[in-house]
Amino acid sequence: MARTVHHRLFWPVLSLLALVVLNAAVRPSFIRVAVRDGHLYGALVDILRQSAPLMMVALGMTLVIATRGIDLSVGAVMAVSGAVALTLIDRSADPGDVGTVIVAIAAGVGIGVVLGMWNGFLVTVLRVQPIVATLVLMLAGRGVALLVTGGFITTVVSPPLKFVASGYLLGLPFALFLSASAIAVVALVERRTALGLLTEAVGINPEASRLAGVRSRGIVFTAYVASGALAGLAGILYSSNIMAADANAAGEFIELYAILAVVLGRTSLLGGKFSIAGTVVGVLVIQTLQSTVLFLGVSSAQSPVFFAVVVAVVVLVQSPQLHSRVRRLSGRRRRAVPAPEKPARDVEVSA
Amino acid sequence: MSPTNPPLQARPTERDTVIEMSGITVQFPGVLALDGVDLRLRRGEVHALLGENGAGKSTLIKALTGVQGIDAGSIAVDGVGRTFASTADAERAGIATVYQEVNLCPNLSVGENITLGHEPRRRGRIDWRAAHESALGHLRRFGLDVDPRSTLDSHPLAVRQLVAICRAMVLDARVLILDEPTSSLDRGEVERLFTVVRDLRDQGVAVVFISHFLDQVYEICDRITVLRNGRLVGEYLADELPRGELVSKMIGRELEELETIARSAARVVDRTPPPVLRATGIGRAGSLEPVDVDVYAGEVVGLAGLLGSGRTELARLLAGADTTTSGTIEVRGEPVRLSTPRQAMLQGIAFSSEDRRGEGVVGDLTVAENILLGLQARRGWLRPLRRSERTAVVAEYMQALGVRPADPDMLVRNLSGGNQQKVLLGRWLATAPELLILDEPTRGIDVGAKADIQRKVAELADRGLSVLFISSELEEVLRLAQRIVVMRDRRRIGAVDSRETDIDGLVAFMAHAGRPGAGDPEEVR
Repeated sequence: MARTVHHRLFWPVLSLLALVVLNAAVRPSFIRVAVRDGHLYGALVDILRQSAPLMMVALGMTLVIATRGIDLSVGAVMAVSGAVALTLIDRSADPGDVGTVIVAIAAGVGIGVVLGMWNGFLVTVLRVQPIVATLVLMLAGRGVALLVTGGFITTVVSPPLKFVASGYLLGLPFALFLSASAIAVVALVERRTALGLLTEAVGINPEASRLAGVRSRGIVFTAYVASGALAGLAGILYSSNIMAADANAAGEFIELYAILAVVLGRTSLLGGKFSIAGTVVGVLVIQTLQSTVLFLGVSSAQSPVFFAVVVAVVVLVQSPQLHSRVRRLSGRRRRAVPAPEKPARDVEVSA
Repeated sequence: MSPTNPPLQARPTERDTVIEMSGITVQFPGVLALDGVDLRLRRGEVHALLGENGAGKSTLIKALTGVQGIDAGSIAVDGVGRTFASTADAERAGIATVYQEVNLCPNLSVGENITLGHEPRRRGRIDWRAAHESALGHLRRFGLDVDPRSTLDSHPLAVRQLVAICRAMVLDARVLILDEPTSSLDRGEVERLFTVVRDLRDQGVAVVFISHFLDQVYEICDRITVLRNGRLVGEYLADELPRGELVSKMIGRELEELETIARSAARVVDRTPPPVLRATGIGRAGSLEPVDVDVYAGEVVGLAGLLGSGRTELARLLAGADTTTSGTIEVRGEPVRLSTPRQAMLQGIAFSSEDRRGEGVVGDLTVAENILLGLQARRGWLRPLRRSERTAVVAEYMQALGVRPADPDMLVRNLSGGNQQKVLLGRWLATAPELLILDEPTRGIDVGAKADIQRKVAELADRGLSVLFISSELEEVLRLAQRIVVMRDRRRIGAVDSRETDIDGLVAFMAHAGRPGAGDPEEVR
């Protein structure tokens, strides 16, 4: 039991479960999963499907944060990627052709890679502080997207593109396969190669890593490129969902949600040790919370406050400072009063 | 302490004593940082506080300036016992400190920095005109021709240091502590600083001067207090303490336990093949004058010199940690460029920094990961070591070096200093280097670990590894090295064969070589 409590993902997973239980208690239909036309339907399936763009962005963000950096440009990169892909489809002879769509998706991800390289260049070669370096693209990126679409919201009719976000494969949403493969690829590359170790070393102690012969510039650069590529893919998913390239709305505030997901997953903003699994849980917490707002029928005027309060509680519950304070408090009380009328557990819950 | 140098009786009358610290004891967890130390500061005197790293100088200064509480002893200002609970308390008593890293605000103006916290006010608002005028007055007093409205970071470090002193004097300090004030200054800037210090001394300020540059100590100081291992060695008049004696008082004698290690230095090194490393005239503007060094296969070359002599700077150039501005380096006869630590590593040069925590271990990684880091960095991230290889490498070096506790999954920051050093040694040995550069590998670690590391170095050299060994402890250098290159004031002053000298000869060489009238030991390249 003690081992479980001390696992670094204990509190994030507990938060996620608590949210699901809360929803189910209010409306049991929340956890109902039905099969209709051979496809799985239900609120939980929707959460998984809708979480795909944030999942990709947050994975990239995890790697960047591990190197002591931050990537604020991910939302703008999503907008550019969507604009490039949809403009290509829009101008092609046959928007419904699978080949065209694959080329367009590759172009969208490709532009994400290029933009990630730009960020990486600013941070590693020109030594611009990450928050400033990526702020440049965050502010300029949507302008680039507007330039690509000619200032309009480009809409397309293309069944293969629609399939990316809304299609089903083997009874499951196709987007789910995309985010699952993104998680698998990132986890494998980081943990099966030595990239994860070297990234953590650079994040914990850059100078010691440099003296140990680590090519820290290359490691940091790679993280920004990965973040760019994943944001590019997220941009495709977003555009496919609404079948349009909306330069202003695509990925709006997603950088902040991604940072929140990383933090909820217990990766420190100071860099170093990171947890892919933690980020996955963090993303699911955020997405479940957003569905909760809808599901419980919180009015749109109140939903930001509701969201903020729940996030604050989740963050507090995870805070190690709070844990040690509660422990100290309960310990003192036990010593002072041999038979406490109020057990320590209550303190923990009310916190 | 020694019978020939009894602690001085206060020659100036007791009235001249500003600060009297006696029996100061500070206990840190597991370490007695200061053990009954006395320090007496007198009006109108420059007083040097000397000792090697870890001697307790900075703890003593922290006790005096209220940063560090004391466990025993007393501090009297003008004969009145005081306790300083904070730096503000000490400042009110007239004690001001100027640190090595100038602690001012670089983005504020010079005038703002000088008057910060006691700006002249008019009708509740800061009167900037008056502030800048008063700042200008203080600057003039020190012969500084600086616009008080210019931002501090537009000036060179020497000026910033003088501005910091200005600020201290605005507070009407009667005691001014200068902690390594000259370590980043050139000769002209040092002169300028000294003019100001002499001026303050003549006005009756008691100045404490902490420095590793003994030439400067003898130039400016009237009196010297030496600390070693948290204890007072003694207080001396600068004129009556010869340089050689000072150095041996600072360094002290070795513990007998280490004497059991065989003198690896007695081994004869074959110098016929080209050296593993030959550096010719390598230097770095502002930190090291051009230096020549050769290291042959299986040879241990010692680098001796006090802190600040340039030995660490030389090591960093050879390791690619800093870039050279002059000279050439050959590895096994081939000219190479070493502009990054990685390039040096690929040439078979491994470097263990003197700053174990800051530049050595990666604290939040495990012992195993720390050992593997160098080898994995060398291979690149695309070629990970297989699990079996990792386990084998980690087990091999943890056992060979005796890392305790023998748990590869422990976070390295929870290990003692000596074991962290062993982990670092393991990291480098795993990369199979040909030249190992060790900068202060035994500093601040316990005697047992010290002996382990020395034994390992001797054993590695026997097997053909070349080592460049830097240490403040001369016995250690003499025991391990065949040849000792001696540095002083950021230049090489010569080299000695360790079979032909002993500690006293080496101390004399460090103190006097190159000076008129000094009997130099025979010079070898």
